Amino acid sequence: MACWEERAVAEALLEIERLSKHFGGVVASDAISLALGPGELHAIIGPNGAGKTTLIGQLTGEIAPDGGRIRFGSRDITALPVYRRSRIGLARSFQISSLFPEFTALDNVALAVQAHSGHSFRFWRDARREQALREPARRALDRVALAGRADTRVADLSHGERRQLEIAMALATKPRMLLLDEPMAGMGPDESARLVGTLRALKGGITILLIEHDMEAVFALADRISVLVYGRIIASGTPETIRADAAVRQAYLGERQAHG
Amino acid sequence: MKSPVESWLGSWFGPRTAINAVLLVILALVPVYARLTGDPFAMTLFTRVVILAMAALSLNLIMGFGGMVSFGHAAYLGIGGYAVGILAKEGLGSGFVQWPVAVAASALYALVVGALSLRTRGVYFIMITLAFAQMIYYVAIGLDRYGGDDGLTIYRSSQFDGLVDLSNRTSFYYLCFALLLASIYLVWRIVNSRFGLVIQGARSNERRMLAIGFPTFRYKLACFVIAGALCGLAGALLANHTNFISPAMMHWTRSGDLIVMAVLGGMHAMFGPLIGALTFLLLEEGLSRVTDYPNLILGPLLLMVALYAHGGIDGLLGGARRG
Repeated sequence: MACWEERAVAEALLEIERLSKHFGGVVASDAISLALGPGELHAIIGPNGAGKTTLIGQLTGEIAPDGGRIRFGSRDITALPVYRRSRIGLARSFQISSLFPEFTALDNVALAVQAHSGHSFRFWRDARREQALREPARRALDRVALAGRADTRVADLSHGERRQLEIAMALATKPRMLLLDEPMAGMGPDESARLVGTLRALKGGITILLIEHDMEAVFALADRISVLVYGRIIASGTPETIRADAAVRQAYLGERQAHG
Repeated sequence: MKSPVESWLGSWFGPRTAINAVLLVILALVPVYARLTGDPFAMTLFTRVVILAMAALSLNLIMGFGGMVSFGHAAYLGIGGYAVGILAKEGLGSGFVQWPVAVAASALYALVVGALSLRTRGVYFIMITLAFAQMIYYVAIGLDRYGGDDGLTIYRSSQFDGLVDLSNRTSFYYLCFALLLASIYLVWRIVNSRFGLVIQGARSNERRMLAIGFPTFRYKLACFVIAGALCGLAGALLANHTNFISPAMMHWTRSGDLIVMAVLGGMHAMFGPLIGALTFLLLEEGLSRVTDYPNLILGPLLLMVALYAHGGIDGLLGGARRG
């Protein structure tokens, strides 16, 4: 596995260096260092309040870190604004679905396509009739098996469908990397299984950082797993290593079993 | 949201279209009615309706579609009006100069106010836009050369070299009506364009807009400037209508009236601001004839609309609610 690690660091697409963030006395990120190689699916697990969403927030630019550096591709993005990070290929899904409820599913994805097809200072043509926006949007919906719901308003979609739409919107921006914040949250077993299938199909093509509580999904999908506890990465390795790691069992996996 | 084709088809059926169509016919026939009955007051009232409908339409673009609740929109009416009045007093009577200056000055003011206020949200945004409008209001009071508190009479309407004579009330009315229709069409195109979808997306969920890669601030600012320019034009019309400008036309209660018109008519409907302006001004006029306290009735009525009719009058007519 040392070989995997070295390769990952050498050609890492995303490299996080000693990232730190605290809110008052609470340490949310404690010198986190992490590197993701191209095509890798890296999962981050950890109990509630471990700082997972804070980490995603710093990667997307919504939260400014107190210290440390983030490199994406060839550039330092530590101080880059949110929309610019999306422009260079860093896409995210939200833990709580964050969509445009009064628009249809297709409108939602088409807007994501539009964000990446030049400026939007175009005042006259009906954007909903532009095939250059609608077609790629339809394909993105198709990739998450939502094509049949294209013309349904988001307000009328089921919870699971909204989660899928979240991912379709991220995909529509043609990202080099996806940050998925608990994509399975609140899903039934069938919906989860379908989403695992979707992610498996994406794997390899797009680098993915996955934050997820569903351990079955995590161990089925991840190339590597990092365990975050109180803002610190206490272990990082392949699913087998993590499963066998005593500290992890004690800090996290065991605790979960104890709680059922 | 329904596809444009659907809403276009849908718009040809149902009470909403019927009422919009009847409304347009009535507005087109106002001068005929005025001539037949010899009642000049109808012309005065309806010219005011049409002009303020344009102002409310411009407010609706930022407030209804963009979610930017500006509580200082009457400032643009004032800036547009003062541009006409000041130039007229200084001997520049040509409408080809006055009107572009009115529009440009309003756009410039919108650019400054927008740049400084659009980084705030909700109540803060409302308060900042109000504060700027109050500032302009007091500046107008301080303009002693142009009447100060008392205002300024404009002795000559904007001159258009024989193209159209604004002192002819009928031509002026039809010019205002045509400009209103053109503005409604313009706003309709904008709202459904790429630009309009960005504006609506920013109203709906700005955080998501940033996350998918839109620098929303510059689009909102551009929208703010477009709305300001359009309202500045309405201000130029208003000055020509009353032949008088005064700080009162940008008093904060005027801004409140414009908000009421937009909300009353239905914020997500193209004809909403027109219906709102018409209802508001007719009610105000009618009630002031039967009581000394029209607001005592108008106030609770507006409260009812705010509480129970979310789509405004348009919503009651069966228009689609668009969030």
